Amino acid sequence: MTIPPLPPRLTRIVPARTWPILTDIAVFASVLAGFFGFLTIVQYWFGGPTPQVEISRSVSALPVYAFYSVVRLSLAYALSLVFAISYGYIAAHNPRAEKIMLPLLDVLQSIPVLSFLPGVMLAMISLIPGRQLGVELGSILLIFTGQVWNMAFSFYSSLKAIPRELREASRIYNFSPWHQFLDLELPYGTIGLVWNSMVSVAGGWFFLMACEMFQLGKRDFRLPGLGSYLQTAASHGDTRAILLGLGTMIVVIVLLDQLIWRPVIAWSDKFKFEQTESTAVPRSPVLSFLRQSRALSILHSKTTGPIVERLSQGGHSKPAREKKRSGGRSAALWLMAALCAALVVYALVQCGLMLRELHVEDLVEILKGAAATFLRVNIALLIAALWTIPTGVAIGFHPRLARLAQPLAQIAASVPATALFPIILLALIRMGGGLGIASILLMLLGTQWYILFNVIAGAIAIPSDLKDVSRIFKFDQRERWLTLILPGIFPYLITGMVTASGGAWNASIVAEYFRFSDKLFTTIGLGAQISAATDAGRFNVLLLATIVMATVVVSINRLVWRPLYRLAETRYRLDA
Amino acid sequence: MTDRTAIIEARAVEKFYEQPDGNRIQVVAPTQFSIFPGEIVALLGPSGSGKSTLLRMLTGLSTPSAGEVLWHGKPMGSESPNVAIVFQSFALFPWLTVLENVAAPLKARGVDVAERKKRSMRVLDTVGLDGFEAAHPKELSGGMKQRVGFARALVVGPEILFMDEPFSALDVLTAENLRSELLELWQNKRIETQSIFIVTHNIEEAVLLADRIIVLGKNPGRIRTDFHLSLAHPRDRKARVFIEYVDYIYKVLTQPDAELDGRIGTLAKTRDPGKYQMLPHARPGGIKGILEMLTDQQGRIDVYRVAEELGLESDDLLPIVEATSLLRFVNVEEGDVEITPLGRQFSNADILEQKQIFREAALENVALLQQIQKALLNKSDRTMPDEFFRDILDEHFSQDESDRQMETAIDWGRYAEIFDYDAGTKRLFIADESDAGAAEVEA
Repeated sequence: MTIPPLPPRLTRIVPARTWPILTDIAVFASVLAGFFGFLTIVQYWFGGPTPQVEISRSVSALPVYAFYSVVRLSLAYALSLVFAISYGYIAAHNPRAEKIMLPLLDVLQSIPVLSFLPGVMLAMISLIPGRQLGVELGSILLIFTGQVWNMAFSFYSSLKAIPRELREASRIYNFSPWHQFLDLELPYGTIGLVWNSMVSVAGGWFFLMACEMFQLGKRDFRLPGLGSYLQTAASHGDTRAILLGLGTMIVVIVLLDQLIWRPVIAWSDKFKFEQTESTAVPRSPVLSFLRQSRALSILHSKTTGPIVERLSQGGHSKPAREKKRSGGRSAALWLMAALCAALVVYALVQCGLMLRELHVEDLVEILKGAAATFLRVNIALLIAALWTIPTGVAIGFHPRLARLAQPLAQIAASVPATALFPIILLALIRMGGGLGIASILLMLLGTQWYILFNVIAGAIAIPSDLKDVSRIFKFDQRERWLTLILPGIFPYLITGMVTASGGAWNASIVAEYFRFSDKLFTTIGLGAQISAATDAGRFNVLLLATIVMATVVVSINRLVWRPLYRLAETRYRLDA
Repeated sequence: MTDRTAIIEARAVEKFYEQPDGNRIQVVAPTQFSIFPGEIVALLGPSGSGKSTLLRMLTGLSTPSAGEVLWHGKPMGSESPNVAIVFQSFALFPWLTVLENVAAPLKARGVDVAERKKRSMRVLDTVGLDGFEAAHPKELSGGMKQRVGFARALVVGPEILFMDEPFSALDVLTAENLRSELLELWQNKRIETQSIFIVTHNIEEAVLLADRIIVLGKNPGRIRTDFHLSLAHPRDRKARVFIEYVDYIYKVLTQPDAELDGRIGTLAKTRDPGKYQMLPHARPGGIKGILEMLTDQQGRIDVYRVAEELGLESDDLLPIVEATSLLRFVNVEEGDVEITPLGRQFSNADILEQKQIFREAALENVALLQQIQKALLNKSDRTMPDEFFRDILDEHFSQDESDRQMETAIDWGRYAEIFDYDAGTKRLFIADESDAGAAEVEA
């Protein structure tokens, strides 16, 4: 896709119009390819009942599988984006809804997504019976639930942070709500959305690997994709196929990074809310390539341009002054709230009935499991912190090392831990280790990167004045770490640890229970219990275990991370 | 004034916040005034006097708690008035170009693209921005950004151009330049606005620009004086009349409790201060600074000259003067500040003695500090959460104001070693167990 730049002499001979035509051809070709892909997907989705897809291990299947996986991920992401923006918008604009929506977001963020799997799948299959589409939509919905919350929260907080005078400017000039959304709110939230999207999509790969192939009771669900390819390859012990699958995945991830994320980051730079121009501006060759396309600019002026224009003018006749609440609307709202409350109560009663079938021993088992997983998560966090803090600080303090190490670390971090899991397990079992160790390793693989990247960022942010002070007064290593480095990186470290902790809990569901070449590996833990209950179709155990896990995660967030976070924001802020 | 019809009329508008316990925090007291065509009105006042609140009520951005705002005799809301605001922070959309920023209000009004561009370019030309239309705001200097702000306001041809401290984010020279250009445009009738309403805390700026000046008092915000200036443009800062106006406003502002009879130059007896004392937001360093300067200047000085010599805006200077007078280090009279014997003693003392003098003066004159000390001494562990005192303050002040009161009290309390504050636990405490006054021992 990237075309090498023409040598300077040639550009002078070649007429200036050549570039746009070349780009136009490329753009049309990609549109055509996209349409073809769409047709393929539709054909496969509506291809009739194919509950037992055979996953091929041949190389020729890989491109198609990779394509399927990417489409799944993209659809889930598109859904997340729309949902996140709507959710954030409503929460920021409606104070009454805000009171419910924010705590809800907090809880939803902490619920282990993979325990939704059976529920979502069964619902989807019964809604769309006999078609591959049901399973497909189920997996998309699952990935969606894994990536949407942080995006919604980011958009919400961006909206809340819009400077008062900018809001007033758009009100005094009677911007319609659409005009305000397009010219003020969306641009203001873009940068936060872009960064959170990257995190979310990385998380999406993690879940994609887990939900392309799984068992529910006696039913075996398989979706053709990279994840199922890797699992099949691993369970057949086919090393060549494993390596090919991994290679394909890395290529896809790197391509997505170059073709989507880099251009998007470069483009979103114009939405940075700053008074002066920064010196280091992100650049992307792909973006400048697209900007030169004449076809795209014509498309914009013929389609999106006029639509945006129409939307912006929607409210010019009526003034956007402070709204007065009408009685009729609030009555309808009350009715809706009552309806929602009734539904919630009904669901709670059903849950209660389901849980009553359980014995005390079940609860004891689950609590034991929770303790084991708690231990495992914290060991993983500890190990991650132990190696990432010195490494991250070393990288952050030495710019030359950073230039070398960062791209490598980024590639390593982008490989979803779930994809590597079969391979690691294979190796560990050959060496005689068990799943207990392997599951810690998996959590580590999935979550250490958050800590590493944050520590690097923190180390870079320590002002050189402070470093000079520690040098002038000849601090020894101990004093240097205790008074300069650790407090300096503290806010970043906490941010990284919070994300890592949530990720590790979620990972436990796939890490503690693993089916491999028809053999079952399991260890005691809450994650294993959730998976086992899913397998056996014991929904009451599943429900209880999920509730316990969500409670544990929410309480850890409230009791441990939030106070630490507040401390980081007040005492350890460097700019204050 | 009755022969002309007002564009806008504020009828007993006020703003207050109802506390949950039924207490009412009055931000702006019932206020009455009108704006007429052809005048530049400047609204002056110390911080916390509700200048911005008043501006937002007049423009319809905020609804008055009581009273009403009339546009051409009709209540606001029945029709949408054609107004524009120039903001202190410019409030430009950084992701839009200069042209798009200026055209945005026209887009909201449904003007088509070609017409939008034509009108925006014309205004950009007027404010001296031709050639910059494709630039983004972040590429421009502060002065240029505010020109974009002016262009965006002027493009809708507002009946009244509202300005909320439009020059205070700019450096002195840029502000001076923009001010005179605005005045020139206004006088040559090159901008289609019938009237200009400018909120400012810069006294000289008000006297330079305005045909009429309204001075607000604080706690609650209310009009203290409203007068017309009979001075031809361009105005000379060195002229005797100019200085008289500036002096008069300083007098009004330095005696917040004096009753005014409306005639310029006279101030009458002091109002009864029956209210909860409001701490002026000044730092001990500022108090020391002004006392040192007074000692150098034979103990008596005109407030206006202090501002000029220190290069301070009245907004920064007045709280310091007020605080120094509250502690009885100076007497303020008719716009002059005179040092008291105590003030002289403070000024000549060494650092520890200064703390001691400050401590005594503060505990004698500042009710809040007395309350805090008493409450802490009554506790066996000599520590209290700051929330306790914030609750007391909340009964008398708005949320922001009580935050500022607490901040100032903590600052003074720490300096005078009356108590200390732990920002982590948010508790006030007296450190020394045996004696409440560590300072006394040291001194």
